Amino acid sequence: MRLLPLLTVLPLLAGCDMVVLDPAGDVARQQGNLIVISTVLMLLIIVPVMALTVFFAWRYRAANSEATYKPDWDHSTQLELVIWAAPLLIIICLGALTWVATHLLDPYRPLTRTAAGVPVAAEVKPLEVNVVALDWKWLFIYPEQGIATVNELAVPVDRPIQFRISASSVMNSFYIPALAGQIYAMPGMETRLHGVFNHEGDFTGFSANYSGAGFSNMRFAVKSLSADGFARWADGARGAGQSLDRAAYLKLERPSEKEPVQRFASVDPALFDAVVNLCVEPGKMCMHDMMSIDAKGGLGMAGVYNVRDLAYDKFAARGSASTTLKPRYVAAACAVPMAPSKAPVDRPADLAPLTGAGLSRPSRPLAPERTARNETPIPGRPLI
Amino acid sequence: MTPPPLPATDPIWGRLSLNAIPLHEPILIATFGAVVLGGLVMLALITKYRLWGWLWREWFTTVDHKKIGIMYMILGLVMFLRGFADAIMMRLQQAMAFGGSEGYLNAHHYDQIFTAHGVIMIFFVAMPFITGLMNYIVPLQIGARDVSFPFLNNFSFWMTTAGAVLVMVSLFVGEFAQTGWLAYPPLSGIAYSPNVGVDYYIWALQIAGVGTTLSGINLIVTILKLRAPGMGLMKMPVFTWTSLCANILIVASFPVLTAVLALLGLDRYAGTNFFTNDFGGSPMMYVNLIWIWGHPEVYILILPLFGVFSEVTSTFSGKRLFGYTSMVYATVCITILSYLVWLHHFFTMGSGASVNSFFGITTMVISIPTGAKLFNWLFTMYRGRIRFDLPMMWTIAFMLTFVVGGMTGVLLAVPPADFVLHNSLFLIAHFHNVIIGGVLFGLFAAINYWWPKAFGFKLDVFWGKVSFWCWVVGFWLAFMPLYILGLMGVTRRMRVFDDPSLQIWFVVAGIGAAIIAVGILAMLIQFAVSIWKRDQLRETSGDPWNGRTLEWATSSPPPDYNFAFTPVIHDLDAWHDMKRRGAERPLTGFRDIHMPSNTGAGIILAGISTVLGFALIWHIWWLAGLSLISLIGGAIVHSFNYKRDFHIPAATVAEVEDKRTRQLSAAGA
Repeated sequence: MRLLPLLTVLPLLAGCDMVVLDPAGDVARQQGNLIVISTVLMLLIIVPVMALTVFFAWRYRAANSEATYKPDWDHSTQLELVIWAAPLLIIICLGALTWVATHLLDPYRPLTRTAAGVPVAAEVKPLEVNVVALDWKWLFIYPEQGIATVNELAVPVDRPIQFRISASSVMNSFYIPALAGQIYAMPGMETRLHGVFNHEGDFTGFSANYSGAGFSNMRFAVKSLSADGFARWADGARGAGQSLDRAAYLKLERPSEKEPVQRFASVDPALFDAVVNLCVEPGKMCMHDMMSIDAKGGLGMAGVYNVRDLAYDKFAARGSASTTLKPRYVAAACAVPMAPSKAPVDRPADLAPLTGAGLSRPSRPLAPERTARNETPIPGRPLI
Repeated sequence: MTPPPLPATDPIWGRLSLNAIPLHEPILIATFGAVVLGGLVMLALITKYRLWGWLWREWFTTVDHKKIGIMYMILGLVMFLRGFADAIMMRLQQAMAFGGSEGYLNAHHYDQIFTAHGVIMIFFVAMPFITGLMNYIVPLQIGARDVSFPFLNNFSFWMTTAGAVLVMVSLFVGEFAQTGWLAYPPLSGIAYSPNVGVDYYIWALQIAGVGTTLSGINLIVTILKLRAPGMGLMKMPVFTWTSLCANILIVASFPVLTAVLALLGLDRYAGTNFFTNDFGGSPMMYVNLIWIWGHPEVYILILPLFGVFSEVTSTFSGKRLFGYTSMVYATVCITILSYLVWLHHFFTMGSGASVNSFFGITTMVISIPTGAKLFNWLFTMYRGRIRFDLPMMWTIAFMLTFVVGGMTGVLLAVPPADFVLHNSLFLIAHFHNVIIGGVLFGLFAAINYWWPKAFGFKLDVFWGKVSFWCWVVGFWLAFMPLYILGLMGVTRRMRVFDDPSLQIWFVVAGIGAAIIAVGILAMLIQFAVSIWKRDQLRETSGDPWNGRTLEWATSSPPPDYNFAFTPVIHDLDAWHDMKRRGAERPLTGFRDIHMPSNTGAGIILAGISTVLGFALIWHIWWLAGLSLISLIGGAIVHSFNYKRDFHIPAATVAEVEDKRTRQLSAAGA
């Protein structure tokens, strides 16, 4: 009865663009399919329950004196078994599906296929894009191409993309519905996402986690281009002339809204790692340095005063200064300069199909312990 | 627009200055005018009819659980109107802001509205409603004279009210948080939210949290210690069981909220770095902690209503509840499992696949006991004689609505699905589906069910039905479009939109919200009409629905002491059992009844807490110090108050009971 209005809406739905259920990327497609499968599984029990509710309500209405009335009937072991077992069975199926799908579609897992039945060839290297969520725009750094853009992401079709994602000030969520599910972009942390586009076209991406006044306009254009088109696009960016060094980044990260697309011909190769380590500003101590000092027992009382290098959150960043807290400034003694990132792209994934037992993740070299010398900075996933 | 920079802290006024009055927001000024005008009229009326003394003696200082319960419900209703006004403003903004239009709300205002809507609806609407309900019904259902700690009960209520007052003050003095209802750092930290909004948030919740925690302790002790003789745990009415579990959840989870807000407060006030980006702070720790409170919280809200549905289904089907034992175990399962699922609120923060699957599957497992409950209600209806009075109508609407919300909830528990639906309007539709379809529909069932008990007359049926149909139709119209928009990849908390094809869905949702508004109006009319026609709707038997549990054994409204003699329980459906056995109401042999005395300490201490909160928000340190000292002093002084109890003389009891005897025989004749 209550489903009827729903059914009348169905033709309307055909007219609207449900990007989540009909995306352009293989990962998002699998996620969309999972929504459909899970819904169908659950409807197996939801529909009978709704039907029974309506039927019992009608059948046992007080006016119907023909229906059986058993005021003291309150227990039936068989029935109890059924009503606990039926949801249990559905959840066992759904749980198994969840376990497998969560591992297969883990955003950190390098892609093993670009579409159903199309495995990624061993020699294919994913395109690496480093993403920084700024106040209220997106910065994309292409280490391979040595270029960077603001509010525009162009990628070649059918080539796996590996995103390394961070943020400058507050939490955002990096989401391109047509490509793959979202992952948070968080300051001082790096998250990862893998995805691939299966056809060319123009799409949109945005922040899916509220991040302040300019949040609504934190959208960016996503272009899925042919391999040639992408090369041409990258050449175009290289011709843009501007260069993204640390000073330019510090200017760029100041809060602004509705930023137009910008392209940078060159980019400081160590910039992204500096962003993740909160040390773009000259003289700032990088987090991994701080951690390695702390791991060795810290600096003792000196560390209490030695704070200027560590203060990161910008008290006037959002336009109104706080008058309450003034960090003490004492210049640092020595900060180790950042080496350019040598973070290797993940090894090509093991293409062996997942089996039930163990479901091991594709092996990746364990991140070596961070040292003050920062030789191999591989930021891992967040601690929690 | 960005608010002007804060002035330097003044020794007398702190950060408070005339700039704090939002004169630049015409909407707020108009609201402020209306509130002041309405307030003045009300004060004048109270003064004119000389009601101050009566209000103070009979209501503000009362320790009677029934009156406190009613005051909680009134608080919930008032704040509900505020929270709903926020909802309507959001719907209007989102339906307008297309094609380059900025709508009618700037970001500073809009962001406060969605934050306030969430905070108010959870903390100051849903919580007072369920606490009020439990306060009123639980002692009656277990045959007690009052709760275990009557003064604490009064104090809890006023502390909750103090929190609500601070939230309302933020509307006109300063601003509220612009962070979303859970105020994730670093956004809520001092660096990115330097103004007073988050401070209002912290202190409103801290002060109200004291009330909630104490009331949780109070009700647990009441249920465990004050049950009538013969009422073993497995003979407790289901509503009392679900209340017990909800209060256990309160006591176990609210301290986490208090701790996490205290840490955030230290970050903001003392310059610590628990949740900052720099100095090794971990914003993600905040997210974990707040959800360790936040997920049990949703079960705190829904569990008591599951109890209501059980009572209503059994009563209106004229039948014992099917599977009482499995119902109780299902409730306990949900209570325990609700602590094992918090991470499903942030699958997308980069946890590993095994962690995500674990929390996804534990979340799904909760649907098993919930499903069992639903079947139990179904089989309670099976072979019953169902009377479709308003409480039963709400119950049927709940069963049909809630299953859809439950289904989308399990869907969101599948991590890969959550990756595409997290923070989307699909999620918004889901939790409104369970909170409106479960908590609110349950409350409306409860209000229609127990109103005659509380006031001695039934609620008007016509306006009740108008309200019912508006709510049900309005709900589906308002939230189905959000499910669809979520599948179109639209995220929450957006103020303006690019894609014009989305607009139609927001317009439909807006129409749905308008129909809900009519439903709310109809409910207010229902209350007014019922009070107006109370003599026609009068109900003298004390048992208008042929009830089954103990609260129906006493008069409506119950006397101050609830039961002249503590009943002895032999069966789960105690009152039904008494009726069946033809138990006689005792007419003689009354004795003095020991009762707690009223006290003004609760409202005074909570009043001082409000001042303390306000002073801390605005950095008025002298006032903060002064009010803190008076708060501690006041509590000490109150501990020397030895006039805590009195006896209702047997003669008075006899008089009240005789009156009821006459009433009953008149009704029987």
